[in-house]
Amino acid sequence: MIEVQGLGKQFTLHNQGGAVIPVLEGAAFSVAPGECVALTGKSGAGKSTVMRILYGNYLAQAGSVMIGDIDLTRAEPREVLALRRETLGYVSQFLRVVPRVPTLEVVAEPLLALGAEEQVAFGRAQTLLSRLRIPETLWSLSPTTFSGGEQQRVNIARGFAHAYPALLLDEPTASLDAQNRETVLTLIEEAKAGGAAIVGIFHDLEARNRVADREVDVSAFTPRAAA
Amino acid sequence: MPETSETAYNFAYLDEQTKRMIRRAILKGVAVPGYQVPFASREMPMPYGWGTGGVQVSAACLTPEDTFKVIDQGADDTTNAVSIRKFFQKVAEVAVTEHTNEATVIQTRHRIPETPLTEDQILVYQVPIPEPLRFLEPSEVETRRMHALEDYGLMHVKLYEDIARHGEIATAYAYPVTVEDRYVMDPSPIPKFDNPKLESAALQLFGAGREQRIYAVPPYTKVVSLDFDDYPFDPSKAPHPCALCGAEHTYLDEVIVDDAGGRMFVCSDTDYCASRQAEQAA
Amino acid sequence: MTPLLDVQSLTKSYGGRIGCADVSFRLYPGEVLGIVGESGSGKSTLLNCLAGHLAPDAGEIIFDTRAEGPRDVLQMSEPERRMLGRTDWAFVHQNPRDGLRMRISAGGNVGERLMAVGARHYGEIREAATDWLNRVEISGDRIDDRPAAFSGGMQQRLQIARNLVTGPRLVFMDEPTGGLDVSVQARLLDLIRGLVRRMGLSAIVVTHDLAVVRLLADRLMVMKGGHVIETGLTDQVLDDPQAPYTQLLVSSVLQV
Repeated sequence: MIEVQGLGKQFTLHNQGGAVIPVLEGAAFSVAPGECVALTGKSGAGKSTVMRILYGNYLAQAGSVMIGDIDLTRAEPREVLALRRETLGYVSQFLRVVPRVPTLEVVAEPLLALGAEEQVAFGRAQTLLSRLRIPETLWSLSPTTFSGGEQQRVNIARGFAHAYPALLLDEPTASLDAQNRETVLTLIEEAKAGGAAIVGIFHDLEARNRVADREVDVSAFTPRAAA
Repeated sequence: MPETSETAYNFAYLDEQTKRMIRRAILKGVAVPGYQVPFASREMPMPYGWGTGGVQVSAACLTPEDTFKVIDQGADDTTNAVSIRKFFQKVAEVAVTEHTNEATVIQTRHRIPETPLTEDQILVYQVPIPEPLRFLEPSEVETRRMHALEDYGLMHVKLYEDIARHGEIATAYAYPVTVEDRYVMDPSPIPKFDNPKLESAALQLFGAGREQRIYAVPPYTKVVSLDFDDYPFDPSKAPHPCALCGAEHTYLDEVIVDDAGGRMFVCSDTDYCASRQAEQAA
Repeated sequence: MTPLLDVQSLTKSYGGRIGCADVSFRLYPGEVLGIVGESGSGKSTLLNCLAGHLAPDAGEIIFDTRAEGPRDVLQMSEPERRMLGRTDWAFVHQNPRDGLRMRISAGGNVGERLMAVGARHYGEIREAATDWLNRVEISGDRIDDRPAAFSGGMQQRLQIARNLVTGPRLVFMDEPTGGLDVSVQARLLDLIRGLVRRMGLSAIVVTHDLAVVRLLADRLMVMKGGHVIETGLTDQVLDDPQAPYTQLLVSSVLQV
């Protein structure tokens, strides 16, 4: 489902003397449907960079990223948008939403964007918010005022609203209590059972061991010049 | 003929070149009903606002054989009507009349005679502001473009505002019309009661002297007053009969008759009223 | 899929000075394109050329019309272009005073486009106006008030209602949140976003405010000196800018 080949990435800082910082070289791995691959490596090794390239958020200078049969590194913006709508989900560490939009709508939005019936979309959103223990009294409020943990759970609910065939998880269990952590891990297991190909970053070792089938150490892709 | 102060003028005051220029504008106006044709308005021996546009159109239309009538708000005997009538008696030596059916050219300020006009007659309107969109869109460049592109949504916005504010279309005079399904036209400040009479057998010419515009409604042209489906055009008038001739279907003037607030309603068309009274006396 | 708008090599100069040069892009139905750049970058010139307010010197603007499919807007007659301008297109000005009739009531402002395309039933026009005032969160009992009595944010929302009442497919917005208080901006952005999604609108939003495009735009075009120097997905351009100028632009934004 996800096929990464010869991926290379460097940053050129034009406003700092044109410094070129290579961060990735020859990255390659693949993820099959129903499989969860954990990215490992010490901080700064490029885990988040890989994730961002996989989502089309960063441009790659070399290589390819096949999501299904679309090469993300060569796709038109609208193809990437369609991919993100239908195929490729991403749970980041930070919630970024339009102010004033109620939590329920924030979570239902990925389904609404796919043209789901409002009833179905909001139903799914309610189920997820309940499972993640967001009190019902907060559903009609904007999550911008929520605590960090609550925001993270809203973010996860939103990421799991639609059953994406490919899913990227960036520290999904960070800053969660035991109960909610358990719920999130169950959600991941459900997604795997549903056939989703998952790439994740888990600092939480226990969580990683439980849901990840394989590990890919991104240190192996760190360019020699920079190492 | 010896040259005296009177004969120093060309027939009907204007020189022949000017009359030809005005006639060309009139012909263009007739060819494009409702379209405002620019023309080089001349200085006339009367101030703007006293009918300089109408006078120039009349001057270009009159022939020595014509019989001329002038009305001001329906009356033949007000200052404006009398002075214009005298003017053409002097500079064109045409016959004049107060009877609508005897006249061949009628110059009018703000009324259409009650007596239906015929194909042999020309009605000349004095027009203060020819542009119906003027108070909605101040730019002349823009209003001309709006006419050219038939972009008349704004005209209905005005009527909408009337209803929103007054519960009805409050425009009582200078009520805008669409001519021959094309141009929106200001019929000059005639009461809306007169609007149905714009569909006439006579040729109707409109002259605006200060604004330098001439436009026309040829005989039997379709003229539709703007309205809404649920607020149809209503050519209403004061709900009284004429106190002098008893007519119930004419436009009335309210006349204050004493210092105690006494008032009466009489026909605004003095010739029509007098004729009816004469008939009743006979 | 047929692009809704297909712009090819659009160029406009003011004498010897470049307004915008050789701009090409495609906008697909439902997409929101952000155009960013600083003052004088040519983004407003581009928007005004696209919307028909300025005549470009060269190029093509192909719009997928409802009736006849793709047509070059620049080759259309003025009446056709005007008809497009009051039906399928909408233009939201930065200053609501430029987009509203200040001496006409709110209802009249919203109803004008309807009347311009032939609506002649007062009751229905009023109903549509009330409905649209509600959609932009203006109370129905303000329908007979003039825009001058409204706050800046309300005026801007009224302008949006006035533009969207005919169900356009393409909306041009010039700094739609400029000059508004931050809290009012957020409300307006939320409103625009909701309308864009519910009506399936395509939009071109010109702004110098990167926060606005991050929330509204799917794609970005960065302009400098009349040229497009970078394009891409909004989050990609903002998070991984490639061109030196874009890097400078992004790094100059104060973080909140």
